[in-house]
Amino acid sequence: MERVPILKIGDILLVSIQVDMSDQTAVALQEDLAERIVATGCHGVIIDITALDIVDSFVGRMLSTIASISRVLDAETVVVGMRPAVAITLVELGLSLNGIRTALNVERGMELIAAERADQGDDEFDYGPDTELTASP
Amino acid sequence: MTSGVDLGRPQTQAVGSDEDVVRVRQLVRTVAVAAKLSLVDQTKVVTAASELARNTLVYGGGGSVEVSTVDNGRKQGIKILFADSGPGIADLNLALTDGYTTGGGLGLGLSGARRLVDEFDIQTAPGQGTRITITKWSR
Amino acid sequence: MALNADESGRLVDVLSRHVDRITRRWAEVVAAQLRGRLSQAELIRQGQELHRALLDALGKGAVDLTSEEATELRAVLAEFSRGQARQGFSATETATGVFALKDALLTVLDSDQSEGTLRDYVGFSALVDQMGLFTFETYVRTRESLIADQAEQLLELSTPVVKLWEGVVAVPLVGTLDSARAQVVMERLLQTLVDTGSPYAIIDITGVPAVDTQVAQHILKTVVAARLMGADCIISGIRPQIAQTIVALGIEFGDIATKASLADALRHVLRLTGVETGRRQSRREA
Repeated sequence: MERVPILKIGDILLVSIQVDMSDQTAVALQEDLAERIVATGCHGVIIDITALDIVDSFVGRMLSTIASISRVLDAETVVVGMRPAVAITLVELGLSLNGIRTALNVERGMELIAAERADQGDDEFDYGPDTELTASP
Repeated sequence: MTSGVDLGRPQTQAVGSDEDVVRVRQLVRTVAVAAKLSLVDQTKVVTAASELARNTLVYGGGGSVEVSTVDNGRKQGIKILFADSGPGIADLNLALTDGYTTGGGLGLGLSGARRLVDEFDIQTAPGQGTRITITKWSR
Repeated sequence: MALNADESGRLVDVLSRHVDRITRRWAEVVAAQLRGRLSQAELIRQGQELHRALLDALGKGAVDLTSEEATELRAVLAEFSRGQARQGFSATETATGVFALKDALLTVLDSDQSEGTLRDYVGFSALVDQMGLFTFETYVRTRESLIADQAEQLLELSTPVVKLWEGVVAVPLVGTLDSARAQVVMERLLQTLVDTGSPYAIIDITGVPAVDTQVAQHILKTVVAARLMGADCIISGIRPQIAQTIVALGIEFGDIATKASLADALRHVLRLTGVETGRRQSRREA
């Protein structure tokens, strides 16, 4: 079974899903992430799904579960890079991904987490204000 | 990946494991591209196939999926048959209701898949297994 | 009415012995009605190709146009009529191009009484009629697909997605929105969000005369899809009648931001970004 790698960047865990995941791989990712959050003490999780050409209800549920678990572990989860066709399909499927924060790309996802932590008065985490206007590719 | 496959003929994929569900998705994608579906329609039909193939595996105890291209003279399309010889579905209306599940999922598999395709036909009875046929036409 | 083996044998004979005369006569007949829109050389080339394909099909034993042996002939005819349709020739002109074959053959038969019987000519005539019908069908299909292509191009032209501000894109919708167009617009909008990395989109419907349930649903779904992607949509320019329709149809816009004008919507977005950034640190344009 393939495993999805989890990268640590500063205070953030970055997961970039590059393969067409089997359900087992998805469940394994969920477990691996929970362990890494605890082990690293990170406060943010970014799941990049740019490479995913579909998200079905199983993967959708996995994303929701990851968001809930990380919230319990004091980490904010942002799902980034969802393709338009995937988003349209999810709406039609009836999956609303409640409780999941989303952003257009990794950079905006980082800003979102930074803003969130800043709101909670967590000063150690600040990417500064200038990242916002440089997001255009 | 599946190049060199004769897409004029129905393609069959057995569903007996997680990895087979992934293979079904890839097969459906290849055929949907051949049937000239738009990107959004490809995504919809692959997603529907993923839901139904998982149902075949989880509820039907495994089975098979047959994918073929269809042509009604005006448009091309893709037709997929999911067949299992599992326990079948006792209350179809209930099973097609959003949010209803017996397997701990979100209960969007059947009802959601039906919304994603143009034609949806299901034949099932307790003890008789389940056969679902879906069709998606190019726009 | 299919040709029998004898007839088709004799036709092959006549056709192959009089290549030049048949081609030239065919070109004459066609040229007469096209009045110089195609060069003589081009016509001769077409005539030769048609003649060659016909001879080839009959030689292989084709008894009518649907035969397996006539595949090549059908391809040549289809190519011929597609070319005509694209270049703007009329249906009559295209069909005449095929029917002229009868005239051409008759000229040959006339000049040499021993060459053929009336039966041969009638059989050949039936085959040419089939070819004419086939050509006409291909012609119509080509024109239909041309129209469909143009409709699509028009659709793309009529739905621009513009960048309004750094991180803000807008779709000014003008004209009647049917379901197909709404779908195209929405897909385009979502793709633009990704391409430009813009977290805000304004859908301006000032120029839309009416909204039905389906179109409203499309707009709503787009807003939800944009949210899933991490972007916010604002709908602006809802006219009084449309507001009434929306309420009358019982469509829930829920917590979707709606503004009276495009300007209001932009101000709203700028304030949102301003407030967001202002909380962290004072900002330049905020």
